[in-house]
Amino acid sequence: MESDKLIQIMDEVAVARTITRIAHEIIERNGGVGDMVIIGIRTRGAILADRLASEIERIEKVTLPIGVMDITLYRDDVQNKLEQPLVQKTEILFQVADKIVILVDDVLFTGRTARAALDAIIDFGRPRSIQFAVLIDRGHRELPIRADYIGKSLSTTLEEKVVVKIKEEDGIDGVLLGGR
Amino acid sequence: MRLKSRHLLGLEGVSRQDIELIFNTGVTFKEILSRDIPKVPTLRGLTIANLFYEPSTRTRFSFELAEKRLSADTVSFSTNTSSVQKGETLKDTVQNIEAMKVDMVVIRHQAAGAPHFLARCCDTKVINAGDGAHEHPTQALLDLFTVREKYKKIDGLRVVIVGDIKYSRVARSDIWGFKTMGAEVAICGPTTLLPYEVEKMGVKVYNRLEAALEGRDIVIVLRIQTERQEMGLLPTIREYVNRFCLTPPHLAGLRENFTIMHPGPINRGVEISPEVADGPYSVILSQVTNGVAIRMAVLYLLSGGRLPNSRRKARAS
Amino acid sequence: MDDYQLVVTGDEMIDPESGYSGPGTIYIKDGSFFKIEKKKLSQEQSKGLSNASRLIDATGCIVGPGLIDMHVHLREPGREDEETILTGAAAAAAGGFTSICCMPNTTPPLDNHGVINFVVERARSAKVRVYPIGAITQGQKGEIITEIGDLVEAGAVAISDDGYPVMNSGVMRNAMEYARMFDIPIISHPEDLGLVGSGVANESFNSTRFGLSGIPNIAEEVMVARDIMISGFTRCALHLAHLSTAGSISLVKEAKSRKVAVTCEVTPHHFTLTDDLLESYDSNLRVNPPIRTKRDVEAVKEGLKDGIVDVIASDHAPHSQEEKEVEFQAAPCGMIGLETSVGLVVTELLEKGIIDWMEFFKKLSLNPATILKLQGGRLQLNAPADLTVIDPKKRWVVDPKKFKSKSKNSPFVGRRLKGKTRYTIVAGKVVFEAQS
Repeated sequence: MESDKLIQIMDEVAVARTITRIAHEIIERNGGVGDMVIIGIRTRGAILADRLASEIERIEKVTLPIGVMDITLYRDDVQNKLEQPLVQKTEILFQVADKIVILVDDVLFTGRTARAALDAIIDFGRPRSIQFAVLIDRGHRELPIRADYIGKSLSTTLEEKVVVKIKEEDGIDGVLLGGR
Repeated sequence: MRLKSRHLLGLEGVSRQDIELIFNTGVTFKEILSRDIPKVPTLRGLTIANLFYEPSTRTRFSFELAEKRLSADTVSFSTNTSSVQKGETLKDTVQNIEAMKVDMVVIRHQAAGAPHFLARCCDTKVINAGDGAHEHPTQALLDLFTVREKYKKIDGLRVVIVGDIKYSRVARSDIWGFKTMGAEVAICGPTTLLPYEVEKMGVKVYNRLEAALEGRDIVIVLRIQTERQEMGLLPTIREYVNRFCLTPPHLAGLRENFTIMHPGPINRGVEISPEVADGPYSVILSQVTNGVAIRMAVLYLLSGGRLPNSRRKARAS
Repeated sequence: MDDYQLVVTGDEMIDPESGYSGPGTIYIKDGSFFKIEKKKLSQEQSKGLSNASRLIDATGCIVGPGLIDMHVHLREPGREDEETILTGAAAAAAGGFTSICCMPNTTPPLDNHGVINFVVERARSAKVRVYPIGAITQGQKGEIITEIGDLVEAGAVAISDDGYPVMNSGVMRNAMEYARMFDIPIISHPEDLGLVGSGVANESFNSTRFGLSGIPNIAEEVMVARDIMISGFTRCALHLAHLSTAGSISLVKEAKSRKVAVTCEVTPHHFTLTDDLLESYDSNLRVNPPIRTKRDVEAVKEGLKDGIVDVIASDHAPHSQEEKEVEFQAAPCGMIGLETSVGLVVTELLEKGIIDWMEFFKKLSLNPATILKLQGGRLQLNAPADLTVIDPKKRWVVDPKKFKSKSKNSPFVGRRLKGKTRYTIVAGKVVFEAQS
């Protein structure tokens, strides 16, 4: 029912184009992909990280190490919840020390998830830099956090909902906006 | 996700689903323990009291480490008084807990039901770290977790617990846990050290060690306290050793890829011969790491819901 | 104008001695039964009563001889913080008892005539009649028998070392042989301490589950068998206190069939509670003998039905909150019972058809009176007018705030019961009247 009220902001083609653009931006800004690793935030960020890595591989012919991060244990609201979120595995099977870490997520909103992810990465080691790539920036930050690579900026109200759909999870690619 | 109970007082009645949730969470924490910085900020600001009314080093260290790895604030109390002092200390503790605004309590006590007493009197979550001869749920969870890691399953495994079942909290928790997870469980010990109608727990009972070991995958050997002899339950320790001490010749009857477990501390030469205790089939070292991981999982899963209606609900970004 | 102290009339008056049950009117003068009529007071008759005569219309209630609890602990002297003779008597009155017998395990114990005198003196200002029970052995140590003759003279109605068993069979034999001279029963607390060991709860699958040290049935039954044998041998009247196991009941049944002079009692908690409840580790459930299994509860009820069990007694055992608010195994044994007995007997036995009202008044009035040779237990002309009026339909919830007892250690708190005392009358005086 609810999905009836949603408006499509990006379709499959737009999502693919955006990922390609971000891949180019990353390569351009870092002058190549040396010492670069990609870490996606579960669940959709991790899939986007995979796609971004393939795109970079297509352009640069280099396979980057990919990691998956579950930020549950770094959340700042764990004790307030009546039920604990299910902790999933974090898989970062490489060193992050002295690497350029590209952190990937689907939506940047309050900035709390990104904050948790930054803390988590730093617990694995001291990277040379961390750069943040998101498909959608919808504003309303609660922390001083910004993204380095943005697929699309949307001005939204707090009540609105941004839904990112990814084939591997949801069967289709696309970004929808709805609410009110 | 959430465990059915607010507290972890025992494994009796804990569902397979809940045990699996603890295991799955434990796997994540085990990975964290292997990192360069084996610590996560999850329980920042949470206060946990470790109350050990009975001497314990391994369990206490394991809990303290688990709490520190989760960034909780901890206060620890331990006493070596072996006699129950009319319980006054426990009542005082209740008041202290209230005053200190402790969120969770880990308690080891010589009286069965002491954790239940705290759970009833205080508004705090309680984890039983061993109460009298009742239960020691986290020990059994780590035993199960270690076994599952090695065999990839627990269903259908044949387990035997040997020794002083009557006074063993580990035996009770292991029996409930292994039964719930689908293992076949037997016990073996002198009749004076078996509790009344223990077969109603769904275990086979043996009095002869050789018969009990036949075709088993897992042997859990319990510590024999010398005071059992003073209580008149054993004629001599020598007689116990002759009939129940696990020695190399016994291992022939076991299944391939068998495991010997001991909740420790070991009396080498009493319940288990040194050759067996220190043999290659022992999983004692992985039990230590698993102990911390499984306790982190329990602490994490029980930690939710501290401030039910304070602050506005934090929005996920 | 007919002048009476009190007139009680109703449709259901019970005299367990004659076996009468039906309408009745009881006229009381000068603290004694003056006239007993087997019909309800008519309008004209009630108009004929003087203004000074108080009339209790007990329509819908059961009227019978005052209840007697032959097994209570009043803690005075020694632990007046837990109960005193006066507060215990007030609790008894509220529970419907007109007489209670207090056990000797006080500090000092009731093992000499001086202490017995003290109790008798204190009891003069109590709401109900209080009869002391003297100790069997000096200091209740189980070694040397007390001056039983002196104790009886001072007012002891029986002797018992309740709280402690007399472990030495030779001492028990001497005590019974000696007590026979004074025509009083010995009340045995049947418990073999060697078999109890470190036990704190009934030995069963539940003690195994809960990790509590067990007290086996045989700890009680061995002593029941022994004391029956000694009673048979010495021909001393034996009363067995607080029986709790199926085995004990069948031992008594067998002894009675051989005409051994043995009687026995059970408590409301032993026919109501089972050891599954220990899952809570509630220290108010710690009692000696321990609450047992369903099978034992059934056997106890069967014994009540068959008449093998003569008496229901509360074993009212007050303990301070501080002493009870501890780990199960560290808590002292016992629970209070005077104010819940009637409700439990009605709810668990009458309502379930185990006994009827006639049996009720036998087990709670006539039989204890007969065993201890007390006044009361019957509606007898010119005898002191002790009466209990019970509302059999009254539903209520056990509320510790309403207890008259100084202690609140009851596992029945919060329980819904049916049946409550409406009036308690001692020597024609209303000592308790329920708020309606």
